[in-house]
Amino acid sequence: MSFLIARSIEEAVTALAEGARPVAGGSDLVVGARHGADTLPSKLVAIDRIRELKVLQLDDTGCTIGAGVTHAQLMTDATIVQHYPALADASALVGSPSTRNVGTLGGNIMNGSPAMDTGAPLLVLDAAIELRSQSGQRRLAIAALWSGPGTTTAAAGELCTAVLLPPAGERSSSAYVRLEYRRAMEIAVVGAAASITLNADGTIAGLNLALAAVAPTIMSVELDFAGRQLNDATLALIAQAASTQARPISDLRASDTYRRHTIGVMAKRAVDAAARRANGELIAVPVNHALGIGASS
Amino acid sequence: MTASVVAVKLRVNGTEYGLAIDMTRNLLGVIRDEVGLTGTKEGCDDCECGACMVLLDGQPVNSCSYLAVQAQGREIRTVEGLMVNDKMHALQANILEAGGVQCGFCTPGMLMSACALLERNPNPNREEIQIGISGNLCRCTGYARIIEAIERSI
Repeated sequence: MSFLIARSIEEAVTALAEGARPVAGGSDLVVGARHGADTLPSKLVAIDRIRELKVLQLDDTGCTIGAGVTHAQLMTDATIVQHYPALADASALVGSPSTRNVGTLGGNIMNGSPAMDTGAPLLVLDAAIELRSQSGQRRLAIAALWSGPGTTTAAAGELCTAVLLPPAGERSSSAYVRLEYRRAMEIAVVGAAASITLNADGTIAGLNLALAAVAPTIMSVELDFAGRQLNDATLALIAQAASTQARPISDLRASDTYRRHTIGVMAKRAVDAAARRANGELIAVPVNHALGIGASS
Repeated sequence: MTASVVAVKLRVNGTEYGLAIDMTRNLLGVIRDEVGLTGTKEGCDDCECGACMVLLDGQPVNSCSYLAVQAQGREIRTVEGLMVNDKMHALQANILEAGGVQCGFCTPGMLMSACALLERNPNPNREEIQIGISGNLCRCTGYARIIEAIERSI
């Protein structure tokens, strides 16, 4: 048994190479161990005090978000709220203030839950992640990260150090909404993120849509709506595409039939909110609360 | 001392405690059983109810789901730390005055979330108060009087 507080990425990946598991806030790891889903690893390396993992910066090449940035930071950071609002929407819905204080972006995506809130936003924003190990560093498209419920393609010795987002374009924005039964300490029943770019004439230049909690992993929806007006007819087709392509299961929170129906509704709302933001409308973070989606207070 | 027991120094309500604890123990158990401060409660032991809420460097954290060894070097505050020189914190006085306490089990955690909220945002509106205590469950009061107590403490 061992416990180490790492002060640098090098120290952390050395510990990982020796079989340690990383822990940041511990809100997945500790709760999971108590539920018997997993035993607490015998070797742990705390990564929550590594300064390099706390970076959050925007430049010409896009935005770099350290894996140790918390949900509480993401939901209020001016850069994220302005340029990548879907990620702020999602971060604001995670757990409660205490969960958001300890929970990190790296932890959320590497835990690999099919119901994670930040995954669908990162997928529609074309995010990549940086993985560091003793043998070096590699960059991986977020779409290639998740391999199933709770599993990733990262090797045991690899530490996610950062999430990279490309620059947000003109007349483009994003949004994340989810179906929930209560306003706090909730996990998405289903969730949808959209990122949209509009042409000067208001037609769709580009549209990405991704779904949470309706497949073994966060999934993208295949769409081809370039050149179309975003009107009720288009939104109906978007809802239909999301419902058709989803592969939901039934569990104690919802049946597969209910998930298949509601994911269409959430997809439509996510696209609509993203488009309204792209048109300059200010919709506060999170969209769920601003537009009264999900549970009422 | 087995291999999993580590020596740590934890700073709770301004006092430093030198302890030998198992690295797998949660902060809640160590505060209650080793430090001996039993104001912080175990409710669900599942990061859901907020009865175990303490402040770590001023931020609310569910101590049931936080490893005690990770709290080294941080300032831990519990409900016992709210009272200064036998004088109740405004939140404590107001939650009693407003009738925001029935069984009292959620009260310590509720107070810590409220304390963190007011330190971060001295003038919260009703919605901000609701979000501030959204990680704390109360099964007695229906929240109205707790929210009133927080509003009186602004």
